[in-house]
Amino acid sequence: MKENQLPEHYYTMLEELQAVDFVLVELNLYLDTHPFDGAAIQQYNQCAQKRMQLAHQFQMEFGPLMPFGHAFSKHPWQWVETPWPWQV
Amino acid sequence: MWIYEKKLQYPVRVSKCDPQMAKWLIEQYGGADGELSAALRYLNQRYSIPDKVIGLLTDIGTEEFAHLEMIATMVYKLTKDATVEQLKAAGLGDHYVNHDRALYYNNAAGVPWTATYIQAKGDPIADLYEDIAAEEKARATYQWLIDMTDDVDLQDGLKFLREREIVHSLRFREAVEILKAEQGAKKVF
Repeated sequence: MKENQLPEHYYTMLEELQAVDFVLVELNLYLDTHPFDGAAIQQYNQCAQKRMQLAHQFQMEFGPLMPFGHAFSKHPWQWVETPWPWQV
Repeated sequence: MWIYEKKLQYPVRVSKCDPQMAKWLIEQYGGADGELSAALRYLNQRYSIPDKVIGLLTDIGTEEFAHLEMIATMVYKLTKDATVEQLKAAGLGDHYVNHDRALYYNNAAGVPWTATYIQAKGDPIADLYEDIAAEEKARATYQWLIDMTDDVDLQDGLKFLREREIVHSLRFREAVEILKAEQGAKKVF
């Protein structure tokens, strides 16, 4: 799949996922040094749930984001399909 | 174990072919204060650091690999359509004869990456102070790189990376305080 063949919502769905993942990275690093902050843990768990939904939707349409059994594949094996991250 | 995720941490866009900028950007790929150095430094220090900061080193080290991929994407996009003449004019003639348009772990001056860029002292405070310094040096490098281009799309990605250095530095400073508190607690009878 070349850059110009990707539908517009590939980019919007991907950016939505990147946005929630950014919140998760930030909360994760923060919690690594503030492990007793209950409110932050609650926010982390909420975002993790949202992340699972967004990743599931994205993967249903555009194939697996992760190999090694962390996502399902259709036939033929989807993991090897383009685009790779630097191609979008 | 590590598992790859088929997406960038933050979108990378460039608005033009610019091999000159790619040559400078490679500093953050295979340079002393670059993302490869950062990832390998933190992940390697984990084995001798106190338990309370292993999680932080693991997570920041892992994020550095995501940043390495963003830099690689920038370099790839800036050079993929460049002609040999353009590469030569950008000072990448030496690179071209050895690597064509392939990426390689070297700095902006073409010096290959070396493990001497990183240290693991076995002393938690010495290691964390090196990590803080590394983040500050990388932050400064990103600022100089932002100053070198007028490509606002490229600047956007570089600004994201610059901000991450600031957050990592802050977290490492907190880790130092955690270790100091732990050390102090041991002296209370």
